[in-house]
Amino acid sequence: MNPQAAPSNGADDLALVGKAQAGDPEAFAELVSRHERSIFRLARHITQNEEDAEDVLQETFLKAYEHLDEFRGDSKFYTWLVRIAVNQALMKLRKRKSDRSVSLDETFDTGEETMVREIAVWAGDPEQLYSQEELRSILASAIDSLPPVFRTVFALRDIEELSTEETAQILNLSVPAVKSRLLRARLRLREKLTRYFKRKGDDVFAYL
Amino acid sequence: MSLLTCKDFLEELNDYLDEEAAPGLRREIEAHLAECPNCWVICDTTKKTLRIFKGTDLYPLPAEVHSRLMEALRRKIKTAGGKAEA
Repeated sequence: MNPQAAPSNGADDLALVGKAQAGDPEAFAELVSRHERSIFRLARHITQNEEDAEDVLQETFLKAYEHLDEFRGDSKFYTWLVRIAVNQALMKLRKRKSDRSVSLDETFDTGEETMVREIAVWAGDPEQLYSQEELRSILASAIDSLPPVFRTVFALRDIEELSTEETAQILNLSVPAVKSRLLRARLRLREKLTRYFKRKGDDVFAYL
Repeated sequence: MSLLTCKDFLEELNDYLDEEAAPGLRREIEAHLAECPNCWVICDTTKKTLRIFKGTDLYPLPAEVHSRLMEALRRKIKTAGGKAEA
């Protein structure tokens, strides 16, 4: 279990949502404190900057509060929140890149031949090769280099640990579409990290 | 002798890593990995990629961002007069 992932206490959430819907602000505050870290991280991954991520965080919980009566419990409360957050975050991206539309259906650059280029064995304990700060900057720039749809799918599936089905539902994509985007995201990140983590003196290149 | 090609392996890599591959397919993938060093490296390094990302919280919530969120919510709740009366 990923320590970063939101607690999967869907049943507890529902009880709190019930109380919050009945007008208990403490119950809503408890829902915020359960999920704010995950929503912020997700927004930061999608928008790529802290200011936009903070806006998305606030907009998500303010909207959730405003529309709480519309939550009927058809999905987990957390999934409902994530859906709001992803929509807000993608809207920010679209605004920022008004010259280029951001679509979840991006089909560019999906050539199979580009999926795996470098094959090199990694050092036994790759994380130990760098300081914490260096490692974070390597990981951040790798994920930032992915197109929006890839980093959104990766953040939902592999960072926040939502299921493929939940991710598909949130992004209005089919399950196979989520799976193929996730595979590409994972392989691209692998490729980026290989530059930093490959075993020294083991400069083997291979082409599939 | 595995019947899987490297291309087949790549297509199944996600399900294999997510432990969602059916047992028969899983055995075929493992047979392929045992005889194909390139696919073994891809599998191993992709697994490590996920492990490293999952083990590092790149964007912890800054305390002041949390405070400003709570402040924004307090203002919202005040103007809404609480959900019950809204």
